[in-house]
Amino acid sequence: MQEAEIYKKLTAVFHDIFDDGSIVLQPGTNASNIEGWDSMNHIGLIAATEAVFGVKFYTNEVESLTDVGNFVCLIKEKFSSSQM
Amino acid sequence: MKIELAWLPESQGWDDALEGVRDNNNSDIEKWNALVSLANFNINFIQTGKLDRSAQRIFSDGLPGTLEVKSIRLALLGSSTLRHLVPGIRVAGLRRGMWIEVYEAEYGQYRQELIDPDSELHTFHPDCVCIALDAYHLAEASDLDIKLTLAMLRECWRMAKQAFGCTVIQQTALPVFPDLMGNNEHRLPDSPKTFVCQFNIALEAAADQEEVHLLAVDQHAAVHGIQEWHDAALWHRAKHEIHPRASHLYGDQLVRILAAQRGRSYKCLVLDLDNTIWGGVIGDDGLQNIVLGHGSAAGEAYVAFQRYVQRLSKRGIILAVCTKNDEDSALSPFEKHPEMVLRRNDIACFVANWQDKALNLRHIAKALNIGIDSLVFVDDNPFERNLVRRELPQVAVPELPQDPALYAACISEAGYFEGLSFTDEDRDRSFQYQAKAHRESFLQTTTDMAGYLEGLKMELSWTPFDQVGLRRIVQLINKTNQFNLTTRRYTEAQVAALMEDRKVLTYQMRLKDRFGDNGIIAILIAKLNAEGELVVDTWLMSCRVLGRQVEESSLNLLVEGAKSLGVPRIIGEFVPTGRNKMVEALYRNLGFCHLNTATDGRSTWSLDVKLYLAKETKIRVLEFAGAGS
Repeated sequence: MQEAEIYKKLTAVFHDIFDDGSIVLQPGTNASNIEGWDSMNHIGLIAATEAVFGVKFYTNEVESLTDVGNFVCLIKEKFSSSQM
Repeated sequence: MKIELAWLPESQGWDDALEGVRDNNNSDIEKWNALVSLANFNINFIQTGKLDRSAQRIFSDGLPGTLEVKSIRLALLGSSTLRHLVPGIRVAGLRRGMWIEVYEAEYGQYRQELIDPDSELHTFHPDCVCIALDAYHLAEASDLDIKLTLAMLRECWRMAKQAFGCTVIQQTALPVFPDLMGNNEHRLPDSPKTFVCQFNIALEAAADQEEVHLLAVDQHAAVHGIQEWHDAALWHRAKHEIHPRASHLYGDQLVRILAAQRGRSYKCLVLDLDNTIWGGVIGDDGLQNIVLGHGSAAGEAYVAFQRYVQRLSKRGIILAVCTKNDEDSALSPFEKHPEMVLRRNDIACFVANWQDKALNLRHIAKALNIGIDSLVFVDDNPFERNLVRRELPQVAVPELPQDPALYAACISEAGYFEGLSFTDEDRDRSFQYQAKAHRESFLQTTTDMAGYLEGLKMELSWTPFDQVGLRRIVQLINKTNQFNLTTRRYTEAQVAALMEDRKVLTYQMRLKDRFGDNGIIAILIAKLNAEGELVVDTWLMSCRVLGRQVEESSLNLLVEGAKSLGVPRIIGEFVPTGRNKMVEALYRNLGFCHLNTATDGRSTWSLDVKLYLAKETKIRVLEFAGAGS
């Protein structure tokens, strides 16, 4: 999956979870830039991302998911490894 | 298996509709109705969260009193994180027109909150307490001692009842523990997995004694697989015992119990017949040829579905029939088919006619003297389902799966008939209703058919008979009995010969709408006679598309054909067969003049082509080149 497509789908997830259609994602976007990105919503965000992309994040991977760049990177990795 | 609310219709365009509700300047009641209707789609947990946030925002000061909506105060007491379950619960309330306020106790503090009269729980004063303890907690709190665990729970139940006089719901233990020994795990003392199984069994008796209702999450997890409901990684990370992706169904299951307690469960199952409780069309295929019983997998599936329906009836669900058929043919399998499980006297109200089903459902509710909002309407045909959803949104209309083998599971998963007890009256109910039901004159129709048809985006495409469509054409000619003016049967060779005959006009018509392609549904054959008139030799149509203006569109096409040949008159003929009574008056209704009726009942009719005004329909008609299949 191309990075642009990942951003597009991930943006829709953010809009849904944080109930804000104006959110624009940057690699550096993190909990301090987005209202409502607390530990509770973080769990929901990960569950929704897994469902929308059809991927599963492992326990050790989840800890790295602190900003959008990491989300995109990890999703990309999941897709490239699934194609091998 | 993915966790879905699969009995609800698909949610295309749902997100845009939700935006509309947020933006508009509608009144409170309009907003409320829009939210309720949005909750009645097959939405996932993400959409459920969105809908909940919108509802909470729109009614952030609580629900206005003008709405006259039932409001329920629910306290969730748990030993781990439950907050992610709250949106699913509130949206399930919306789905049933109920507003649920949820109080979530600090997790692990459930006993303290019950004991302490100054706790927030006591201030909240719930109508219902749901105790949702995770299996880890249940197993560890008592060191795998079932009696101790139950004693602790009984204490909680009693405290809740004493303090609030409220309903108590206890969640069963989720089977989260892996095997230690395997298939015969029960032989191992101190197995947490065995503890969960045995605890759940013991819980049933304890809950019954204390009049506590169970929320059987272990059984729901068994439907989809425990991995869908519980993810060990998420448990370690966030102490969510139930995965967010199961939260919308969790909420629906919990609210079913609340609704059942308030008498909001459905009471009556209304069944279509053709392709719903047997395969095929009784009016066309006949008693010998409907698919039912041994001999085919589909036939056995219909029998199994009937058996499920009969069991529902035995536990107190009223049965009714709503079918587009002549009454005699609709009744014949009930009276004569050896494989039928359901019999005429299982059905409290039997409506077989050609009127629209919304009208008939109103009649059924009236005849049985129950609310329209207590009907569940089961029909394989998406046209009928959506008409009823549009006209009677109070009626539950499950989105039936393609495969009849899955009908029973679909209705069961929808939970329409959630019950909390079983009494002798339940056993007798169907019988009582049947005695009460009586024929009443039909009410004036208020069904907005034109509006419904408009929205269907129907497209009728036609072409003369061709090789591709030949088999289907011959099949229709030889099996259609009901909408068939002359019931002339032709072999494939005879039809092929008609294709070559320059004095014959042939039409095969297929109908598409927004629910899909209905395939070839109507056939017309018209022949030039010696007097230079066009005689309708054969006109037949599938009853599946009756009442959708295909008749009018067909006649429009035929008149155009007549004009292109320079023919002044079209002659129609009706030949009664005992099964085609429904088209007896077709030519009259379409504006033909009656010429004569013979002693055997045959009638002939005439239409002046020049005076004919094309009928207005909601169907877009187009000619397509070739390709009949």
